Amino acid sequence: MAGLMAGFGHYTHAVVRGIPASLAKEALRTSQAEVDLTRARTEHEAYVEVLRTRLGLEVVELPADESLPDCVFVEDAAVVCGETALITRPGAESRRRETEVMKEALKDLNLNIVEMTDENATLDGGDVLFTGREFFVGLSKRTNQRGAEILADAFKDYAVSTVPVLEGLHLKSFCSMGGPGLIIIGSSEPAQKALKVGSCLFYNVGLDTIYNNIPSFEHAIHHYSVFEKLKDHMLIPVSNMEKVKVDGALTCCSVLISKNPNI
Amino acid sequence: MTTEAGSETEVKEKAEESAAQPDQSETAKEESQEIANVEGEEKEKGKEKEKEGKEGKGITRYLPTWFKKQKSQSQTSPTKEVPATEEPVNKGVEGEEEPAPEVNGHAEEVEEKEEVKSEEVKEATQPESNSNVSADTEPLAKEEKVEDTTSKSPEKTKETADGEGAEEEEKKKEPEGHVEAETDGGESQTSIFQSPLRLVRKNKMKVVVCHVTVLDGTDFTCEVEQKRAKGQYLFFKVCEHLNLLEKDYFGLMYKDNHDEKCWLDPTKEIKRQIRSNNWQFAFGVKFYPPDPSQLTEDITRYLLCLQLREDVASGRLPCSFVTHALLGSYTLQAELGDHEPDQPRPLDFISQLTFAPNQNKEMEEKILELHKSHRGMTPAQADLQFLENAKKLSMYGVDLHHAKDSEAVDIMLGVCANGLLVYKDRLRINRFAWPKILKISYKRNNFYIKIRPGETEQFESTVGFKLQNHRSAKRLWKVCVENHSFFRLNAPEPPTKARFLTLGSKFRYSGRTQAQTRLASSLIDRPAPSFERTSSKRISRSLDGAPVISITEAGSETAENGRDHRLELHSDSKAEEVDLSPADVEAIPSQQQSPGRAEPASSQDLNKTQDEVLKHQASISQLKRSFMEAPPPSPPQPNQWEKRLTSSPATIRVQQQQVVSVPQTEAASADNTSSETKEPAKTTEVEIEETVVIQEVSRAPKPVVVTVTADPPAASPAEHEPQDQKVKVEEEAVVVEEVSPAKPEKASSDSESEEEAEYHPNVPASISQSQIPEGKEEEEQMKEEEEEQKQASAPVVPSLPVEVSQPAEEMSQEEEESKKEEMQVEEKKDDQEEKESGRETEDSTDDPMVTPEEEPEGLMLPEESAEAAPTEEPEQPKMNGEASLVEVDPRPQVICCSEPPVVKTEMVTISDTFAAQKTEIATKEVPIVHTETKTITYEAAQLDGNGDGEPGVLMTAQTITSESLCTTTTTHITKTLKGGLSETRIEKRIVITGDCDIDHDQALAQAIKEAKEQHPDMSVTRVVVHKETELAEEED
Repeated sequence: MAGLMAGFGHYTHAVVRGIPASLAKEALRTSQAEVDLTRARTEHEAYVEVLRTRLGLEVVELPADESLPDCVFVEDAAVVCGETALITRPGAESRRRETEVMKEALKDLNLNIVEMTDENATLDGGDVLFTGREFFVGLSKRTNQRGAEILADAFKDYAVSTVPVLEGLHLKSFCSMGGPGLIIIGSSEPAQKALKVGSCLFYNVGLDTIYNNIPSFEHAIHHYSVFEKLKDHMLIPVSNMEKVKVDGALTCCSVLISKNPNI
Repeated sequence: MTTEAGSETEVKEKAEESAAQPDQSETAKEESQEIANVEGEEKEKGKEKEKEGKEGKGITRYLPTWFKKQKSQSQTSPTKEVPATEEPVNKGVEGEEEPAPEVNGHAEEVEEKEEVKSEEVKEATQPESNSNVSADTEPLAKEEKVEDTTSKSPEKTKETADGEGAEEEEKKKEPEGHVEAETDGGESQTSIFQSPLRLVRKNKMKVVVCHVTVLDGTDFTCEVEQKRAKGQYLFFKVCEHLNLLEKDYFGLMYKDNHDEKCWLDPTKEIKRQIRSNNWQFAFGVKFYPPDPSQLTEDITRYLLCLQLREDVASGRLPCSFVTHALLGSYTLQAELGDHEPDQPRPLDFISQLTFAPNQNKEMEEKILELHKSHRGMTPAQADLQFLENAKKLSMYGVDLHHAKDSEAVDIMLGVCANGLLVYKDRLRINRFAWPKILKISYKRNNFYIKIRPGETEQFESTVGFKLQNHRSAKRLWKVCVENHSFFRLNAPEPPTKARFLTLGSKFRYSGRTQAQTRLASSLIDRPAPSFERTSSKRISRSLDGAPVISITEAGSETAENGRDHRLELHSDSKAEEVDLSPADVEAIPSQQQSPGRAEPASSQDLNKTQDEVLKHQASISQLKRSFMEAPPPSPPQPNQWEKRLTSSPATIRVQQQQVVSVPQTEAASADNTSSETKEPAKTTEVEIEETVVIQEVSRAPKPVVVTVTADPPAASPAEHEPQDQKVKVEEEAVVVEEVSPAKPEKASSDSESEEEAEYHPNVPASISQSQIPEGKEEEEQMKEEEEEQKQASAPVVPSLPVEVSQPAEEMSQEEEESKKEEMQVEEKKDDQEEKESGRETEDSTDDPMVTPEEEPEGLMLPEESAEAAPTEEPEQPKMNGEASLVEVDPRPQVICCSEPPVVKTEMVTISDTFAAQKTEIATKEVPIVHTETKTITYEAAQLDGNGDGEPGVLMTAQTITSESLCTTTTTHITKTLKGGLSETRIEKRIVITGDCDIDHDQALAQAIKEAKEQHPDMSVTRVVVHKETELAEEED
């Protein structure tokens, strides 16, 4: 009953979205890599399958929208914690409409919907790291202070701190939760740079940090929920090579939800 | 001390006489008390009347309490305070009667005692004596107690005043009381009866009605004596009314003249705190237990729930929509029971209640929906669920204060069980856990925290914030001190009670810590009290149109404190100076400031050679390293620390052959910062530095002269070759008066007495208690070395000043200080200190902030000022010191880790921290030079075991430290010298920490005398008096 504040790692649902054909050409990216659409879709299917079968989540699949090339990265469209879902206002203009479908889907899950209506606020879910006890919000190209404040308002139960993200796309491009009280930070130079402040913050709140020597650890490490679900923190390798080309990490591809059946 | 004794005895006699008749009846009463309290009261009254004849009304009032005490102790276990059953009866009676509560409890008893004492206590300066006495006397027969009762009570009251946990103290006190009565503790105690206060009491009995708004919104009225009643009294009355035993989490709030919420200090008179005729209070949760499920009684949880409901409804405890709904549903379940489907229009009903600041239909529907799911849950279970959810909220138990950062940006500072949180807008921008905080201080409207260096940082940094005004800064500081003490210490630090005028705040948390209250509540043995949940009241209230469930008073008050407050940045005139520093500090936390501190080394070892010092440092650093390696202590780990502390210093000493112990202990209290020797201490100990210190310093809280009894070292030498042996007994009497850093104080002292205060959170509870005495006081260390033919006896001290020129000045100062009355003395000291303060070391992070203020006064003393010049270079020998150092070992006392050891005669001032001033005087030989570290360090000077660098082989070295009264360290060093001669040297170091009112001469004389008595076959070769005073200020 007391599970309102879900803490972390115990999820029941996942929301994912298909990959539009436009991803290959039109998706926002920081590199010039070519994307093999077919392969990307295959990878995505494998990913969803892991969520569904290995993690036992109830997966809600949203249809892709060709006009939204980045729509597969649903994480940016909403931040869900406990029973509350904050519908974001993505920093990229072209992605704003991604939230519409997401909102409906989350409503259907009986979540308490909070919308970010402030015109001055931007927030990508990829900049929001929830540790189970507090939020860290990366202030990046896509997320601003106002967005962080609105997030703080939406999730008043938790403390919200900001972390400057000087390089790279999102906060979670560099770090992710490795388990309760454990943050994994990439060891790449930009990651180190970007998280210099962050790691202090993490340390301050008693989070352990692990530096991962794998250049871009997103490739190898799945979202923390996976670790959490499997007691031994088994890593489930999921290929994400294609989406990475458009700056998509694994965590970007799902919104994980913890529904308390009692409520 | 002696003078007092006489008076006391007289007093006692009186008391006994008066008591004589009553005694018999009393004893009988006590026996039968259990049966009926009421009767007891009557009897007591009768007794009182009798006494009144002699002593007057005032006293009579208190009598009943005494009796009760006795009762309680004899009958009930100390921990249990009030049996539930008794209460109802008592209440009826008491409610209207005079303040003297009969009720059950110790608490009340204590209160009254304290009242009586309150003023006397101040005068009495000897907590130390108590401890000894108590130990001795405990065995006393009960019979005695009975007889003594009358006489005891006054004495008890004195002691109790200290303000520690009421009950615990009581225990101690009682025994003491007996002892005193019997033995006549002539020494330390001031005569209670004779004090003028007493007379006053007789005549005045004004009673005032206090209105206390309790958590269910009802009003509790209680009569208290207008002048004398302490916060504790009222608080206990309220707790009694609420049938609350786990009361340590709660407190009473009042609004001060500025309409700001303040916690009523239980140890002080109410009247003095509220400073108005508005006797309105609100009862509320002061310390939010991080894990409410660990509370013992449901009623406690219930009260906590009420507080939280109010917090939530008022918006002070923000939570999300869903959480609001969930908490609301538990509230409904607890207050209304299961949802009744057939209740008409439940929504209308619910909307009468306030669950959230912006409550709407949607939320109410959600609440109802959730309420349905709680079916079958008992009220207690619902409360627990409520708490389990509420406790996870990030703002749970966070006391918010408006502030500005160094860039004048509005922020909020939140104090909670885990530390200090910094919020900007709605975001948390920083978090300082208690273990990371080395020192908390305020100065004027600035509030500073000194941060323990992180893994990668080398230096401590200080972060400054600006509060709206000095009151808010002080209030924040107090809240921090209290929260830290409550949640992180095993036992509260000893209050600095006895001090007289304190310029700075000597405030310490005086109640029980969470650890203590948990222990106490684990002993609660009563049937779960039945209580009525407030639903009805709340509802009726809300029906009446009260918008918020929360009580207006409490709510508004808290709100004020918290977010509602508006930050105004005042730059006070004084503030200017300060401004610079804080900004700087923040900007460059680690770099600039740290250097000073970090290096300052810290320990001042008088006689050590550098090598020794180095070794010492090495060992220390090792120690430190090991500490640092240990994972950051999330939970308080006092024990480990303590262990380490105790052990480590000892080892160190042995190696060095110096007697370090005392100083370290002091150091622990005083310096946290960087001194290496102290470092171990740092980690472990909580040092309390109050900037305020200065003020505090001057008044020595307790003149504790610790004479360390030297072990009979004589024996050992004897063994070898009696003739050849030289036996040197060196005894050091170290009188440590710690003077708080003058800096802030001076400036502040002039105008504002309590503008500054410091507190060191990291000390382990145990240690802290013993020495913590706000490091600020001056430390005077008197070292006496007695050599064989030289010196004679006790009276050495007086002569000393004459002999040494330089020291003489210092001595004279000391003497003056000591002689003068407390008040006067203090003031003088401050001045002197200020003047002296000139010598600062460069370091200290804090300095920047402080400096400006301090400067002006430095000029005052020409002599000192001259000396002061060497401000920055600790290394330079001070003129005084050199001159005086005629011969023997001019050994640097203090060694800075980073910097080369500096010898200074007088001490330095540390800007923020403290400066320690030390003066040493050697009777025959050279005065020892003191080094100062800006840092916190009060280092005690250390004597070389080796003394003059004699080649001999060390055969044994033993250090014994006793910390009971004063700190005494005795070191025996037996060496074999050439020719098979062995020499045993005994060094005694006695640290007396106290305010100026200590009679140093007497203390020294006493110490020497004792030393001689103990070792008749040895001679006193040297007496060194080392005085440490913290000075303010830096540059003159």
